[in-house]
Amino acid sequence: MTTLSLGGGRVIPAKYVPVLVTACLFAAMFVVGGIRYDGFASGQVVLNVFIDNAFLLVVAVGMTFVILTGGIDLSVGSVVALSTMISATLMAGPGWPPYLVVPLVLLIGSGLGLVMGYLVHAFDIQPFIVTLAGMFLARGLCYTIGTDSVPIEDPTFTAFAQTRIDLFADLWISPSVLIAAVVVLVAAYVLHYTRLGRAVYATGGSEQSALLMGLPVGRTKIAVYTISGFCSALGGVLLSFYMLSGYGLHAVGMELDAIAAVVIGGTLLTGGTGFLLGTVLGVLVLGLIQTILSFEGTLSSWWTKIFIGLLLFAFILLQRLFSARTRP
Amino acid sequence: MAAMRRLIWPLLILAALLLVNVAFIPGFLSIEVREGHLYGSLIDILRFGAPLILVSLGMTLVIATGGIDLSVGSVVAISGALACLQISQDQGVFIAIVLALGLSVLLGAWNGFLVAGIGIQPIIATLILMVAGRGLAQLITDGQIITVNDPAYKLIGGGYWLTVPFGVLIVLAVLAITAFLTRRLALGLLIESVGGNAEASRLAGIRSRGIIVMVYAFAALCAGVAGLMISSNVSSADGNNAGLWIELDAILAVVIGGTSLAGGRFSLGGTVLGALIIQTLTTTIYSIGVPPETTLLFKALVVAVVCLVQSPAFRDKVFHRRRRPPSARPAEEKVRVTA
Amino acid sequence: MAVPAPILRMSGIGKQFPGVHALDGVDLRLLPGEVHALMGENGAGKSTLIKVLTGVHQADEGAIELAGQAVAFGSPLEARQAGISTVYQEVNLCTNLSVAENILIGREPRRWGRIDWKRMRARARELLARLELDLDVSAPLSSYSLAIQQMVAIARALDVEARVLILDEPTSSLDADEVGQLFRVMRRLKEEGIAILFVSHFLDQIYEISDRMTILRNGRLVGEYPTRELSQVDLVAKMIGQELAALDRLHGEAAAFDRPLVEARELGRPGAIEPFTLTIHEGEVVGLAGLLGSGRTEIARLLFGADHAGGGQVAIGGAPASLRTPRAAMSHKIAFCSENRKADGLIPDLTVRENIILALQATRGWTRPVPREQQDELVGKYVKALRISPPNPEHLVRDLSGGNQQKVLLARWLILEPRLLILDEPTRGIDVGAKTEIQRLVAELSDGGVAVLFISAELEEVLRLSHKVGVLRDRRLVAELPNGPELTTDVLMETIASGGRA
Repeated sequence: MTTLSLGGGRVIPAKYVPVLVTACLFAAMFVVGGIRYDGFASGQVVLNVFIDNAFLLVVAVGMTFVILTGGIDLSVGSVVALSTMISATLMAGPGWPPYLVVPLVLLIGSGLGLVMGYLVHAFDIQPFIVTLAGMFLARGLCYTIGTDSVPIEDPTFTAFAQTRIDLFADLWISPSVLIAAVVVLVAAYVLHYTRLGRAVYATGGSEQSALLMGLPVGRTKIAVYTISGFCSALGGVLLSFYMLSGYGLHAVGMELDAIAAVVIGGTLLTGGTGFLLGTVLGVLVLGLIQTILSFEGTLSSWWTKIFIGLLLFAFILLQRLFSARTRP
Repeated sequence: MAAMRRLIWPLLILAALLLVNVAFIPGFLSIEVREGHLYGSLIDILRFGAPLILVSLGMTLVIATGGIDLSVGSVVAISGALACLQISQDQGVFIAIVLALGLSVLLGAWNGFLVAGIGIQPIIATLILMVAGRGLAQLITDGQIITVNDPAYKLIGGGYWLTVPFGVLIVLAVLAITAFLTRRLALGLLIESVGGNAEASRLAGIRSRGIIVMVYAFAALCAGVAGLMISSNVSSADGNNAGLWIELDAILAVVIGGTSLAGGRFSLGGTVLGALIIQTLTTTIYSIGVPPETTLLFKALVVAVVCLVQSPAFRDKVFHRRRRPPSARPAEEKVRVTA
Repeated sequence: MAVPAPILRMSGIGKQFPGVHALDGVDLRLLPGEVHALMGENGAGKSTLIKVLTGVHQADEGAIELAGQAVAFGSPLEARQAGISTVYQEVNLCTNLSVAENILIGREPRRWGRIDWKRMRARARELLARLELDLDVSAPLSSYSLAIQQMVAIARALDVEARVLILDEPTSSLDADEVGQLFRVMRRLKEEGIAILFVSHFLDQIYEISDRMTILRNGRLVGEYPTRELSQVDLVAKMIGQELAALDRLHGEAAAFDRPLVEARELGRPGAIEPFTLTIHEGEVVGLAGLLGSGRTEIARLLFGADHAGGGQVAIGGAPASLRTPRAAMSHKIAFCSENRKADGLIPDLTVRENIILALQATRGWTRPVPREQQDELVGKYVKALRISPPNPEHLVRDLSGGNQQKVLLARWLILEPRLLILDEPTRGIDVGAKTEIQRLVAELSDGGVAVLFISAELEEVLRLSHKVGVLRDRRLVAELPNGPELTTDVLMETIASGGRA
C-alpha cells in the first residue's frame, strides 16, 4: 500500500500523504477560525503567523535536515538564545557594528554545530547526548555573558525590526519573513537538487546502505548539524529583531517546538522521509493554534501545549501505522 | 569487585568535588544539631539533591531496558500541581498524595504502552507527554502558582523527622524498595536481560512488554514523589517551572553513574553518586565564588568527558591509534563492522 | 575448448582473524562471460573471500590481478571504480529513495551543480532497459518487490563499467518466477562478457546457471570444476567433507519409539519452510540434515514458537497445542538453543550464573526469584557437569570461548528439564573436546527419555547421534530416513543432492 487512490482514478504517491494531512489540518483550522471569530479569515492573520514565527521557521528548517538523517538536535533553543545574547552584548558594550556582529554570530552557531556533528560522527555518541551537552554549553555561555536582558538599541536593528514590507491590499510582512522565506527556498533547493541533499535522505533511509553505496555519510552527518547550528544562529538574529533584546532565557524549550513542527509536518523521526514544505506547514499549524487561542480569549495559553501534544500523538501514531503498512 | 570498579570514577569525582569545598569553605564537613534538626553543607546537598536522586532512580531502570523517559519533568509538575490543588480545596493530604501519585503511575503506564504496546521509539513516545504534560500541569493549576499552607504536606519536602530531613528519608526508602525489587527479587535481572539483548530475552521466555510498562510506570512514580517533594518544599505548585529540565539532569546522573544509554547493566549506587555529583557541583560553584551562571558550562564539560570516555570509538582512536593502518578512514571501518 | 584469459585472478589468498584462519591459500579465477559459482558451507570462507576481493578486508597473503594488473583495493568504493561490483543478499539500497536515485545516487547527472532529474530518470530507464525492465523510475523503491529491488541493485552495479559482478546469495528471498527473471538478466550480462561470481545455497540454481564452480571448505580451496563435470553428489561430498575422527556411534540405529511427543502436521511458514510433517517421540533423537539455508533452522524456530507458523497444526502428547510464542512452547517443556548464540541466545553483559538461570527465572516471573542457594546449586552442578571453564559462575559470559558459551546456553535449558530439546548447530565453531562432550550429553539425555531435535551441518555428527534423520533441501523436508548401518553419509549426501527423487 504505497499510494492513495482518490475517486476519478487519480493517485497520490504515499510520500505526499502526511504533508497533505497537515495541509488539510491547517486549512480546516483556518476555516473553523474564520467561521467562529470576526476578522479571523483575513490574509493578514496568516501573514502574522509568519511574522510571529519567522525565527521558529528558520530553526525548524535546520532541525528538518538533522531529523531527515535520523538524528536530533536539542541545542537549537540555546544556540538561538546565545545568538541574541552575543549580538546584544557586542552592540551594546563595545558598540560593534551589525555587519560584523551578524556574520560572527552565524559563524559561532555553525561552529558549534560542526563540533557536535563531528562528535556524533567520529565517536559514535548518540546525537541526543551530544546535542544535550551543546544545549548546556550554549545556555551556560549565555548566563556567563550576563544574566540580565540586554536591550538592543542599534539603529540598523531597530530599523529592521520596525520595517514593514507592504504587499498588495493592505497586507504586509516583516523583513524577517522575507529572510525566512529565502532560507526555506534555499534549503528546499539543497535538499532536492544537490548531492548533499540526496545524501541526507539516503543516510536517513539506511545509513549502512548509504555507506555501501559509497556516499559520504560522515561528511553528510557533520554537514546537517552545521546547517542546524547555522539556522539556529540565524533564528537567533531574527529573534533579536523581533524582541530587540538579548537574553539567556530567550527561546527556552524552542527545540521542542521545532521538533514538534517537523513531526507535525510529516517528517519521520527515524529519518529518510519528509519535506520542507511539511515543516513550513507544521510551523504554521503551531502558530495558528496560538492565534486561535488568542482569538478565543477565554482559553488559556497552556492549551497550546496540550494541543501540540495531542497533535504530536496523532501524527506519530499516523506515521507508525503508515510505516507498519509499507514495511510488512 | 567489578561493581566497585565501575563506581570508582564517580566516587573519585565526588571526592574531588568535596575536597574543593573543604578547601574553600571552613567547616564544610561539620554537621550539627540545631533546634532538633541536622544542619550542615553535606545535609543541604542531600536535602536539595533528594528530588533529583528519586527521578534518576526511575530513569536508571528505564535506561537499563534500552529506553529513555523525557517526560519525568512534566510528571514532576503534574504531581505537585494536583496535590496542591487538592490540598487548597481542603481535601485531606493523604487523598491528595494518593491522587497525585496515582495519576503519575497512569501517565507512566501510558508511556510504557506507547513504547511496548505500539512500538514507538522511547525518545519520541515520551516527548509527547513532555510537551503536553507541561500544559496539563498548568491546566490543573489554572496557570496560577497554587500556594498551600499545610504542615503535614510541608513535612514531605521541608520537614524533619528524628532530626533527619524527611526528603532524605524518602529517598532512602525508595532506594531500599528499588534495590529490593531489582536485586532481591528478580526484576533487575529481567530488566538487564531485556536491555542487553531483547531478542535473546524473548527467546528465553521473558515477558518484556510487561516489564517495560512497569519500568516506565515506576519512573513516573518516582517523578511523582519528587514532584510532591519539590512543591512541598516551596509550599506551592508552579506548573510552568517545577521540575524543568530535571529529565536532562537525571539522564546525566544515570550516565555518570556508569549505566550505558544502550541499556543492559545498571547500577543504582552509581546513579545515586551521579545525582550527588550534579548537586555537589551546583553547591561547589556557589561556594567557591564562581558565578552560579556557569554551572551549565561545567555540566556541559562533564557530559562531554563522560560520554567520550564511554565511547568505544573514542577509546580506539585515542589509545590504539598506532595499531591501525594510517589509510583506514572511519567510513570504511564501519563497513567492516556491519557488512 | 580454449580457455580465454581470466579477467580476475586471486592466488594464494590468506586471511587471519584473531584465533581463526579464515582463508588459507585460496585461488579463484573468473573468466569473462561466465557464471562462476562459489560453493561452501557455513564458515568455509566464502564471504571472507568476497570481502577480500571487494576491499572490505585486506588479505594477509596472496595477490589479486584484474585484467593482468596487480590490484589491492582499500575500500568497496575503489573496487567498484575498478569495475568489481557487488550485490549483497540483503538489498543494500535506500528504499525511501526513488528507483532512479538508487541506481545513480553519488553519480547523478548534474548541470551547474544542480541535479538534472530529467537526465537522471532517462539514464536510469536506459540501464533498466538493459535488464529488460520497465519501471516507474520516480516511484520509491519501497513500492517494488524484493526481486525488483535486487534488479535495481544490479542496475546500479552495472552503471559503472562493471567487468566483474558479484551476486552474494541474491536468490535467497526470491520465488521461482523471480529467480527466472534474475537468471534471464544474468545470461544477458554473460553474453556481454561480464564475469559473474554467484553464491547460492540452492543446488538446482547452481546447476541451472553456472558454468564453473570453486569449492571452499574450512577456509581452504577444495578445487575448481566445470559444473557439467561434477555430479551433485560429488559436489555435496566436497562441500561437507568427511570427518576423519572415527568416534564410535553413540546411537546410530533406529529404535522403536511408540510415545509420540510432538507431532507437526503440515506446519509451514511462507518464504521460510514449505509445510512439513514430522513426529518426534519421547527419548528419540531426530537429526536434521541439509545444506545451509535449506530450512533446518526454520523448522526449529517454528517448533519453538520463535516465528509464527503460516499454517498447519502441532499436537503435543496427543493434544492440539498452539505454539505462538516461546513462552507457550516453554510451558510445554520445549527448549531451543539457537544457532546464533550471540544474537539470539546469550546476554553478553550478564554473568554465567545469570545467563544460566534466565529461562528458569522467566518462567517464574520477577516476583518469585530463584533463591540464591538454589541458583548456586543448579549453576554449580551444570558448570561441573558440562565442564564450563573458567568454572567461575560470576564470570561475564562475553569473555568465554565459543564452546563454553554454548555450554552455558545448554545449561540454561537443561535446568528447565525439557521434554524436547531443540539444538541448532550446537557444535559449530567450538573445539573438538567440547564437541564430544555435547554429543555425549545428547545421548545421555535421550537415554533419560528426553526427545532431541538435533541440527548440524556435519553429517557424521547427525548420523552418530540420531535415531531418525530428516533431510532438507531448498526449504522442503524431502525425506525421513531411519538410521541404521545402511544409512551412511554417502546416502545422506545422495538424498540431499537428488532431493529424495532417486
